[in-house]
Amino acid sequence: MNKIWLITKREYFSRVKNKSFILTTLLMPLGILIFGAVAAWIFSQSSDKAKTIAVVDPAGILTDNMPKLNNINFILSDKDLQALGEDVKNESLDGVLEIPSEIDLKSKNLNINYYSDDLLAIDESMSITSSIRSSVRNYKIKALGFDKEIIDNLRVDVDLAPSSIKKLTGDKIEEGEREINEYTGTIGAILGGVIGYLMFFIILLYGSLVMRSVMEEKVNRISEVMISSVKPFELMMGKILGVGLAGLTQLGIWLVFVPVILMIVMPFIGVSSPDVTDMVNIPEAEMKAAMESAPNNEDLAQILKGLSEVNWLKLIPLTLIYFFGGYFAYAALFAAVGSAVGEDINEGQSLTFPIMIPLIISMYISMSAVTAPDSSMAVWASMIPLLSSVVMPVRLPLDPAWWQILISIALLIVFIFATVWLAGRIYRVGILMYGKKASIKELSRWIFYKS
Amino acid sequence: MEAILSLDRVRKSYHKHLAVDDISFNMPKGSIFGLLGPNGAGKTSLIRIITTITQADSGQVYIDGEKLNSNHPKDIGYMPEERGLYKKMKVGEQLVYLAQLKGMPKNQAKSSIKGWMEKFEIEDWWGKKIEELSKGMQQKVQFIATVLHKPKLLILDEPFSGLDPINTNLIKDEIHQLREEGSSVIFSTHRMEQVEEICERIVLVSQGKNILEGKVDAIKNDFKENLFKIEFEGKLPNELNGHFEVISDTDKELIIKADGNTNSNVLLKEIMERGFEIKSFHEMLPSLNEIFIKQVEGKSYE
Repeated sequence: MNKIWLITKREYFSRVKNKSFILTTLLMPLGILIFGAVAAWIFSQSSDKAKTIAVVDPAGILTDNMPKLNNINFILSDKDLQALGEDVKNESLDGVLEIPSEIDLKSKNLNINYYSDDLLAIDESMSITSSIRSSVRNYKIKALGFDKEIIDNLRVDVDLAPSSIKKLTGDKIEEGEREINEYTGTIGAILGGVIGYLMFFIILLYGSLVMRSVMEEKVNRISEVMISSVKPFELMMGKILGVGLAGLTQLGIWLVFVPVILMIVMPFIGVSSPDVTDMVNIPEAEMKAAMESAPNNEDLAQILKGLSEVNWLKLIPLTLIYFFGGYFAYAALFAAVGSAVGEDINEGQSLTFPIMIPLIISMYISMSAVTAPDSSMAVWASMIPLLSSVVMPVRLPLDPAWWQILISIALLIVFIFATVWLAGRIYRVGILMYGKKASIKELSRWIFYKS
Repeated sequence: MEAILSLDRVRKSYHKHLAVDDISFNMPKGSIFGLLGPNGAGKTSLIRIITTITQADSGQVYIDGEKLNSNHPKDIGYMPEERGLYKKMKVGEQLVYLAQLKGMPKNQAKSSIKGWMEKFEIEDWWGKKIEELSKGMQQKVQFIATVLHKPKLLILDEPFSGLDPINTNLIKDEIHQLREEGSSVIFSTHRMEQVEEICERIVLVSQGKNILEGKVDAIKNDFKENLFKIEFEGKLPNELNGHFEVISDTDKELIIKADGNTNSNVLLKEIMERGFEIKSFHEMLPSLNEIFIKQVEGKSYE
């Protein structure tokens, strides 16, 4: 144990003190920053040229609801079209929007003319049409003599609220028993999704680092000295732990520094928060439509209820166990690959992809587990190591049976130790068989080899 | 004789190749012991069994009377033939790390390393990276790493390869010094002149078998061919006879082979009567090199 800790410490500090590690850790947020700045700059380009568009609206359809866009100024004009055309020609206007004086109340279609030499940007034309659409609708409702509220209420929002069967049978809902809430499933989905992507990112980032770390002794020709001092298992464990801690440090630094840097630098690169809101300034009508589909107060209460019904005290530690367990399981596989290949990093690189396959599969299974958390596939996958670390967190908010969780964690731990042991074994035999390349056949022989 | 290391019918095979075939020997405590053999004889396999890198298929290894177990690595210092250290690590940190892995407390390791660095006059290397050092310098560091934890049993595989004569002597002196302090040293090589100079006992391994074992002097005696070399001045008589046979003669040197167990005094007396001036007279003992070649070739033709 003591030796594992010594190895862990060396791996950790040699990594954390490494120049390229420090550079990546610091440059990554900077890279994100530059990327963000460039993106912001690109977006700001569309709004640089202010336009003025004259609106001809003899029937007064738009009067109280002119389109709003932050770089286009709409002005209502009484001039006739020809005069306005002249204005566009001599560039005092950019375009003319002609709303027909008469609208066919029974027709679904409405043609509006826009006269200009420049094309409208897609977002511009979209927000113009949407604002006209809602104005025309209001105009029509008024002209036909309907009550706007009645018309609006014709569109019914339907909510499907799942409820425990005990409510029907009149059984008492026991203390601590969770009521089914449509949002508890969503929490699982989010949790699974986050872990899945995080895991993918981490394995991609640190998996090959574990592999390279295992190869380090071979490259430096010190493996014989090391293995005469420590057991290969201890070496592998120490390496996986050391790289893992270094990775955690890096992620932690990013987690803290990226938002801080963004907050500090944002004002300087001209992306102040009001600007951001301006940029996404949605026309009122659209906003209303969005509001309608967004959860209303009752829904919000449901979400809060869903959140409160999740047993966080159980969920958070278990999720962390699956997250770290997942790292260990995949890292152990990378360690095994690092043990099997010689000193050539390229040899190992090609074996990296097969390791990612279970991870990708587990992400697909987790997507289906969101909709069917108790399907036999979801249950089995949540117990199989390499799959369980992504699939089980999806099921956790829906309270899977304890025995399933216990079996799943036990299997995960057994898998990790077995794989690390295996990696150590391959490593030891690899030293004895200097210069021999490991074919699959050779490898399987190494595993059962009496060392 | 108290043995620091005993091997009892140790056997090890890889696939179908028998690398170590029934080897037994005892290595006395406090000795410098030569493990000799041609390439591929099984020396490295044997060493790897002793250093717990691998296990014997059958047979037993005892260290200081105790069956080899996982506590023993801290009693063993091993310098493999293939040299290597973490290139990116600093000399001091690296030595502390390796000593800690052998169970040495950090502070003790540090002061011990400083002592060794002073001894080798490399005090200012503490903060240097291994990759900044020359091969020979790295080897010094590696030697320190091997002996730092004061191992009872020191196993050195070709310790002088790549060293200049000055450093060779430096290391040689240290080996003797360590022996004085109670370490036992296994010295594996195929450089016979070094063995003759350093080792008291040897075991000669060939094709996985122990083909010769014992004290260097005794072995030499066993293999002597009763040859004597005489340097002289003057003219040799036309006929030389006595209890010997002339093997070769030049105008300065005469080599004779004594009959049976003829005493050297008898020989000397016989020659002195021949009337030429003798400048020197000594017995020609076979070199280990000759014995080695003879034994190894002899065995492989069997």
